[in-house]
Amino acid sequence: MGTTFEKTILAVVSSNREQVAGGAPLFYEKDRKQVQETAFLLEKILDGMAHELNDHTMIIVRHGS
Amino acid sequence: MTHSYTMAVVFGLIAGFLCRIRMLRTDFRQYPTYPHGRVIHLSLGLIAAGLGAVAVPALFEKNYTAITFLALAAQQFREVRNMERETLSKLDEMELVKRGATYIEGIAMVFEGRNFLVILSAFLTSLAVMIGRWPWGILVGLVVVGLTGWLRSGKSLDQIADVQIASVRLKGPNLYVDDIYIMNIGLEDNRRRIREHGVGVVVVPKDRHSRFTLANTGQRQAILHDVSVVLGVFRDTGEPSLVPLIKRDLNDGRLGVFLLPEEKDPEAVLEVVRRVPVLESAVRMPLTPSRNQRST
Repeated sequence: MGTTFEKTILAVVSSNREQVAGGAPLFYEKDRKQVQETAFLLEKILDGMAHELNDHTMIIVRHGS
Repeated sequence: MTHSYTMAVVFGLIAGFLCRIRMLRTDFRQYPTYPHGRVIHLSLGLIAAGLGAVAVPALFEKNYTAITFLALAAQQFREVRNMERETLSKLDEMELVKRGATYIEGIAMVFEGRNFLVILSAFLTSLAVMIGRWPWGILVGLVVVGLTGWLRSGKSLDQIADVQIASVRLKGPNLYVDDIYIMNIGLEDNRRRIREHGVGVVVVPKDRHSRFTLANTGQRQAILHDVSVVLGVFRDTGEPSLVPLIKRDLNDGRLGVFLLPEEKDPEAVLEVVRRVPVLESAVRMPLTPSRNQRST
């Protein structure tokens, strides 16, 4: 509804190095709080939407409008 | 004889124009815009009424070429539809909550259709004056104006569905309206704002037909748009997490409506959702037997 087409992962923020690797820009942080803060900034800067995959990892996704 | 022609044209013109005025209403959705949007449509309505009214004397004079001009007029009024579609589509790009193509098409269709109704009303009134006398014109005029007023409003959502307030719940990052999953909200900050401002509504289809109608994404976007127009929307550009969204329960066709009105007034939200028009192009009647029969 409105935001359903083409999605791209713009950035990945994680506090667990073993969980993430690959194509999108990665940001490693110490703990959950730091992850939240970085994701907050990235969400505002990239106009993307922050999603929480699990306690360690968040992704910033651009949903086509 | 010329005198009665003039009478017919004048009566037809007046009846047609009154029909247009009756069918032109700027309501809570603020469309057509006031004053210039209305001026445009009233002028077009007057032209349409003139065409319909003149057609009858032309017919009586056996001036059949004049009648063919009606076909030309029809072409002109198709342009009205294009004009409305273009304007609304352009404006839609600037909306925080979009109207959606189905809604725009519905509005454009209504503008075209109403001009044709005006032609028909003017024609009938004019005909009545020609065949009978002017009192007949007044009578037929009153009837058509009454009829168009009755035809004006279509169905609203509360006629095909029950609308209820539902809870907005966050289980970890996951947002639910009642038990319908809406989306994943990553940031604590956004979750807090959603807890504060979010309103949940569940739309339960009344029968199987309306279940298919409500599944249409254009119809769903219309609900979101109407609520955002009347009650405002708590969002801004570049805040994709704060987006009003509708998801459908696949098992029973219920809609989980997640809204972010500027004013958190659940009763007002309910009222607006109930009054959302059922879009003509969204209506589905999959179980009507005659339509289910082989259509080869």
